[in-house]
Amino acid sequence: MSNEDILNPKQMPREPEKATLEGKNKFIGFWFFLGGETVLFASLFGTFLALRNSTAGGPGTEELFGLELVFIMTMLLLTSSLTSVYAMYHMKNNDFGKMQVWLGVTVALGLAFLGGELYEFNHYIHEYEFTFRSSALGSSFYTLVGFHGGHVLFGLLWIVTLMVRNAKRGLNLYNAPKFYIASLYWHFIDVVWVFIFTVVYLMGKVG
Amino acid sequence: MSTAVAQKKGFGAFIWDYLTTVDHKKIAHLYLVSGGLFFLMGGLEAMIIRIQLMKPDNEFISAGLYNEMITMHGTTMIFLAAMPLLFALMNAVVPLQIGARDVAFPFLNSLGFWLFFFGGVILNFSWFMGGAPDAGWTAYAPLSTTSPGHGVDFYVIGLQISGAGTLIGGINFLVTIVNMRAPGMSYMRMPLFTWTIFVTSTLILFAFPALTVGLFLMMFDRMFGSVFFDVAAGGNVIIWEHLFWIFGHPEVYILILPVFGVFSEVFATFSKKRLFGYSAMVFATVLIGFLGFMVWAHHMFTTGMGPVANSIFAVTTMAIAVPTGIKIFNWLFTMWGGSIKMTSAMLWSVAFIPTFTIGGMTGVMLAVAAADYQYHDTYFVVAHFHYVIVGGVVFGIFAALHYWWPKMFGKVLNEKLGKWAFWPFFIGFHLTFFIQHFLGLMGMPRRYWKFLEGQGLATGNLISTIGAFFMALGVIIFLWNVIYTAVKEPKASADPFDGRTLEWSIASPPPFYNFKQTPLVRGLDALWIEKSEGKKGMTPAEPLGDIHMPNGSILPFVMSFGLFIAGFGFIYQVDNPVWLSLVFIGMGILLGAMFVRSVKDDLGYHIHKEDLEKGDGQL
Repeated sequence: MSNEDILNPKQMPREPEKATLEGKNKFIGFWFFLGGETVLFASLFGTFLALRNSTAGGPGTEELFGLELVFIMTMLLLTSSLTSVYAMYHMKNNDFGKMQVWLGVTVALGLAFLGGELYEFNHYIHEYEFTFRSSALGSSFYTLVGFHGGHVLFGLLWIVTLMVRNAKRGLNLYNAPKFYIASLYWHFIDVVWVFIFTVVYLMGKVG
Repeated sequence: MSTAVAQKKGFGAFIWDYLTTVDHKKIAHLYLVSGGLFFLMGGLEAMIIRIQLMKPDNEFISAGLYNEMITMHGTTMIFLAAMPLLFALMNAVVPLQIGARDVAFPFLNSLGFWLFFFGGVILNFSWFMGGAPDAGWTAYAPLSTTSPGHGVDFYVIGLQISGAGTLIGGINFLVTIVNMRAPGMSYMRMPLFTWTIFVTSTLILFAFPALTVGLFLMMFDRMFGSVFFDVAAGGNVIIWEHLFWIFGHPEVYILILPVFGVFSEVFATFSKKRLFGYSAMVFATVLIGFLGFMVWAHHMFTTGMGPVANSIFAVTTMAIAVPTGIKIFNWLFTMWGGSIKMTSAMLWSVAFIPTFTIGGMTGVMLAVAAADYQYHDTYFVVAHFHYVIVGGVVFGIFAALHYWWPKMFGKVLNEKLGKWAFWPFFIGFHLTFFIQHFLGLMGMPRRYWKFLEGQGLATGNLISTIGAFFMALGVIIFLWNVIYTAVKEPKASADPFDGRTLEWSIASPPPFYNFKQTPLVRGLDALWIEKSEGKKGMTPAEPLGDIHMPNGSILPFVMSFGLFIAGFGFIYQVDNPVWLSLVFIGMGILLGAMFVRSVKDDLGYHIHKEDLEKGDGQL
């Protein structure tokens, strides 16, 4: 396939993200990468579970956590996963405009989630003096949840970069895999959050 | 765009070519040269250790420097010598063995190399910046978290950066092997070396992130005031041990599996027989890879996990001896009745079998948890892991270099010098390490700076040191062989050893696009099948057409350099926050280069059919 056909395909195939060898490689390579990321987060979860009662005289999880904000954040992130599915649906239908709109919604929801997380951290630090350095629980909590937040931030920058870069030229076989794996990454972030919500917050509150 | 590949002359152009290359064959050269240099440094550190232990109560180096030597010897040999040398082999051989024109992600291949390289450089900068890490290569907390100075910081940052490079490389080879095999090459027709690299890459993918997290926790504790390993604040030092060995045990299989692949190729080629029990070999490889994740706590029998955990990990550890035994017998049966040619590559491979079997046997001894209380942290352990790592990995790397040198550099290594290098190394190796089993059983602890007169350890240690000098002699003769071959030996043919697999069907060294036409694979040992039917080479699977090639790029170098700068910032901001500026500059360079990579289209270029026809590989 010549470079011209990739940038300006005469007809978009049904699965543009896997139409070229590069696209196929990216697709499977990114799944492997997510496998590695799973081990990364599993290690962080393991560390948190080992240290979740190590309060060193400071506040424990039951005292700290309020489920209202975390529930709202969970809903925001779950919804953003859904909107990114809509975006990919429109990508497969070769409707660039609608894809951009839904990606925009995804980014907005992601930003709202991050805002909630910043508020939450700020709250713990100033109201409870619960910090990264105050206890082993603090270290492991901020590391696990912070790693996830860092992933969210990186995902937002990534999606925005893709949206801006391709705003003028629309979809082709070169950028379709890029959009697709960005959405895969976004789903992964969402899945990790489901575990954080369960293991950190729910178990911290009632477990 | 074929001007991009025009031969440029001059030293500057040569350097620029290697800085920007995305060609797997050139990246193999980079891995080989830098891994080789780190191997020499690690060797030098080993010699210093052995000289210090030559006689009782020796004062050759100070106790502090000795701790730095043992730490850097272990860290360098595992992460900066063995890993890159194996990556050199993967890069040089795997795309050729599966009939591909490059790896799946040539840009990432280059990035992986430069990350490894700069990580290694950071680690070794510690020697000149106030002292190397001194908490042992396993860096157990709290020894490592409380070690004064910046030594351990260099360990944490250096390994973090080079580890990222390794992870990238692992994913790259997984995708390459899954997606880019030539038509007809099903999984069960892949050469065994490719199979072992496939399993190794899986292990890298699932093992390295655990190290990444462990290193992050230690970095946060040492540099940003967190308390993961500070028991006074509720921390737990055993977490480090678990994370380190969840990575660390698969790591030893990451090291040994590729050379199992090498031996399988060498035995088959030089016995003129197909590999005995191919499918059993594949099964054993996958099983070893799987079990490799089930045994990490056998490094921690004396930590106090309790009898149940110890028993479980003892049993899983012993179970690994089964697939390994299958392999040993299959190699013996491959040679059985073959027409054996004792080349240098074969010599290293044959020597591997008894050596590695001894290492495996002591491994089973160590797996007996109750007995391990006696062996733990003695020279018995040192002897065991040198028997498997030197007797396995290093012997395997030497065998592989002799075997694939013509494919990598276009000349066959001199046979006579090859054998001259083998014998002193082989004899020296057993002199050095066999006696250490007994030193260990007599109670000599590892990592100790000195032993004293009248403890009965003097003779054994002297023998061990003499052996180390023989090994050094062997390495020097090998290096001499490399130079001698480059100057004196004639150019090699495409297939100097009457090989069986696809890499021998193209020129030595191959053209930069590897295969003019993708070959059609009709079975295991694809080239051998064609040769045994009287054909000269492979049947092409496609008509001659344009070949798509990736563009070179300096960005991987720039990204890694950015992390290199940021690394120093992270290390020194503890002393003075001004150093944080380096973090911002370095991360800025990294993110900027990533941004450029993301927004700039890079579609590669095509070599045109007409150029291929008239050039005939001489483009």
